[in-house]
Amino acid sequence: MTVPRLELSSISKRFPGCLANDDVSLTLLPGEIHALLGENGAGKSTLVKIIYGVQQADSGTILWEGQPVVIKDPHAARRLGIGMVFQHFSLFDTLTVAENIALGLERPPPMRDLEQKIRAVSERYGLTLDPARHIHTLSVGERQRVEIVRCLLQDPRLLIMDEPTSVLTPQEVERLFATLRRLSDEGCTILYISHKLEEIRALCTRATVLRGGRVVGACDPRRESARSMAEMMIGATLTAPTRPAAETGGATLEVRHLSTTSDDPFATNLKDVSFEVRAGEILGIAGVAGNGQAELLAALSGEAILADDGAVRIRGQAAGHLDPRRRRALGLAFVPEERLGRGAVPELSLSENAILSGYVAEPLVRRGLVHFGRARSFAERIISGFNVVAHGHKAEARSLSGGNLQKFIIGREILQKPSLLVVGQPTWGVDAGAAAAIHQALIDLARGGAAVLVISQDLDELFVLSDRIAVLFHGRLSESRPTHHTTVEEIGLLMGGLFGAATGAEEVPHGTA
Amino acid sequence: MSMIRLEPRGQASPLWVYGAPLLAVALTLASGFVLFWAMGFNPVAALRAFFVEPLTSARGIGELVVKATPLTLCAVGLAVGFRANVWNIGAEGQLTLGAITGGGLALAFYGEGGWWLLPLMVLGGIAGGMAWAAIPAFLRTRFNASEILTSLMLTYVALLLLSYLVHGPYRDPDGFAFPESRLFEEAATLPVLVTGTRVHLGALFALAAVAGCWVLIARTFIGFQIRVIGLTPAAAGYAGFKEKKIIWLTLLLSGGLSGLAGLGEVAGPIGQIVPTVSPGYGFTAIIVAFLGRLHPLGIVLAALLMALSFIGGEAAQIGLGLPKAITGVFQGMLLFFLLGSDVLIRYRVRIGARKTVSQGATA
Repeated sequence: MTVPRLELSSISKRFPGCLANDDVSLTLLPGEIHALLGENGAGKSTLVKIIYGVQQADSGTILWEGQPVVIKDPHAARRLGIGMVFQHFSLFDTLTVAENIALGLERPPPMRDLEQKIRAVSERYGLTLDPARHIHTLSVGERQRVEIVRCLLQDPRLLIMDEPTSVLTPQEVERLFATLRRLSDEGCTILYISHKLEEIRALCTRATVLRGGRVVGACDPRRESARSMAEMMIGATLTAPTRPAAETGGATLEVRHLSTTSDDPFATNLKDVSFEVRAGEILGIAGVAGNGQAELLAALSGEAILADDGAVRIRGQAAGHLDPRRRRALGLAFVPEERLGRGAVPELSLSENAILSGYVAEPLVRRGLVHFGRARSFAERIISGFNVVAHGHKAEARSLSGGNLQKFIIGREILQKPSLLVVGQPTWGVDAGAAAAIHQALIDLARGGAAVLVISQDLDELFVLSDRIAVLFHGRLSESRPTHHTTVEEIGLLMGGLFGAATGAEEVPHGTA
Repeated sequence: MSMIRLEPRGQASPLWVYGAPLLAVALTLASGFVLFWAMGFNPVAALRAFFVEPLTSARGIGELVVKATPLTLCAVGLAVGFRANVWNIGAEGQLTLGAITGGGLALAFYGEGGWWLLPLMVLGGIAGGMAWAAIPAFLRTRFNASEILTSLMLTYVALLLLSYLVHGPYRDPDGFAFPESRLFEEAATLPVLVTGTRVHLGALFALAAVAGCWVLIARTFIGFQIRVIGLTPAAAGYAGFKEKKIIWLTLLLSGGLSGLAGLGEVAGPIGQIVPTVSPGYGFTAIIVAFLGRLHPLGIVLAALLMALSFIGGEAAQIGLGLPKAITGVFQGMLLFFLLGSDVLIRYRVRIGARKTVSQGATA
């Protein structure tokens, strides 16, 4: 029998107020691609941080290739041969690829040798990368390649990947998987963390499932369905959202020739964006982050006031010059991408957070005074109506898990009975159970006659929710196409910027597809 | 290996939110003890002279209230701004302007005053402080200039303006060229509330300001907006709250209350306009606001404590022959220890080595 690459036995780690890892054991074999599954807060990140030496276990043992080791910091981990690609990149925009990689190495060779090595490694693994380019000119997928190459230069024998595909187009994901399979063939072990269960089924050969800090199961993802794995993670049966056919009415939101200019050199300007969302339908806007999503959301919410009043019309009324409050008065409700820090104030209670956007449509303010009794009952209606797990209306927003806070925010917006709901990243980082509930609530809202616009990077989500899908790339929006007349591959190509091929087809009105 | 570590608590400790100021006071007293001892005084007697003796007479307690009045007026206004991340550091200047404008009215109507003069002076003092605070508000909202710098620098402009006025237009024509105004007449002086002390009507203004600011923050929608802007500006933008409006409002509020404090000094205990209207109430009020946890009631207690440091400082100067700086030393120590103690709200102190992984235990 082969000696495991890494063997964790009975690892426990306690933080004030929670037991993040409780007697966790995990064995990683040489060359396997092993998935670590679990909802947010299940203890995945803590376990990975212990392996990478960022944190120390309170108790338990770690065997590296059969030898007991203490991994006291990430340097020690790298010396053993453990590499990690984080979800959030740590790259300097103004430095070149080679300079960034040199900064991350223990003993960087002279720059010329390093560039040679980078070229060699990137060719070998199909990770096209020019060492002389500056980071700010790279796409997100290319930036991730920099992080991966940085790890590979240190000849890792265990590579940890934390949510690596959340920012990639489907085609980029395929290329990443090819690289990872090649590494695994060469004997490198890969520990793969992701919420995307279909990807895990396609890539991984074994999976360990965590729930509440404990190992609750193991499986072979190739023999499971995404649904069965999701149920293992949440420990309950999952109800998939149902989407009856849409009956659309008039255009509730019309966007015409919306262009923006920004002083911020890193902002993406919107260029002549036009679309409409009709009552009763859900329009999905796909795209890799940084292609103008934040700017489009701000232009719709009123956080950015537009030059052209008529560029955004809500229920027929020009709204480009209106602030968020006046747009809400026209029937807009809005769920921002960042739920903690924009959609909710972390330090305030849920009933105070209910006032944050609810003060326009709900009778929460009278003669300049806040009616805290009504705010409280509004918060309680949200909590009970959307199954928000929280210690009542007095709980601080930051004490909620991501999924529960998102349910609260979406519930807060939906209970205001909007005629138009704009949602950014409705289920980003939200666990499967909460995501299904959120999806169903959005569909129900649309079927009740509201217009819903969903902006998301998650194609699976958009295909579940949307009646029509359009793609945002470099500030331009493609024509929308009916969801049942398109495929993930086609949308993926648009996300990668292959507008030319697609726009030719778009000149032809819908229905010819 | 033993060491002292800070460990995050996960959430704010309600005990230490209120415990930290008490710990800071205790540490200040302990350091004062060492300081006096090192300087060759009997520390117990010195601390007693500083902190206890001023409180042993009705007159001493009256003085405490007299000094706590301007501190409270300035600090409650500043605290409202601080909650919205509007850092008005120039209360001293706004206080000075209130003395100049409100007191100027007393001089302008000298000899013709009636019942209407005092209310007019109060309004004039408030308007003067507001006008001075309006400058940083305009610069911040129009040019995004930091109100910390502009309000602080305007303080020195205000002090020089006062100096010019008492040496020129405001100078008492019968005053032998001393840089002082006339003594205000009866109709231009705030009535004394408790005979035998100098406690004046301004103390009631301060209490009203405390109550008003409490209602503003805790009950009104404006107060809610102030809190949201201070905690999470992005959420305020999302909700459609107008940050510029709140900047104007909080600066005008704190400026107006500081101006009222300045008027209260010249129309109260001083009774005329002199080159130095305030021993630094406007700056000390910043400490008071934080020591009082930005809460109106906490501010009243903190203002009384800081007033005691002024009076005790005077007593120490007279009784022990210590330099004037002793007041500032004690105020500075208090703020220093408060900021240090505040760490305990979010962290707990652990002494001793980190627990190691059992297999690597060194025992």
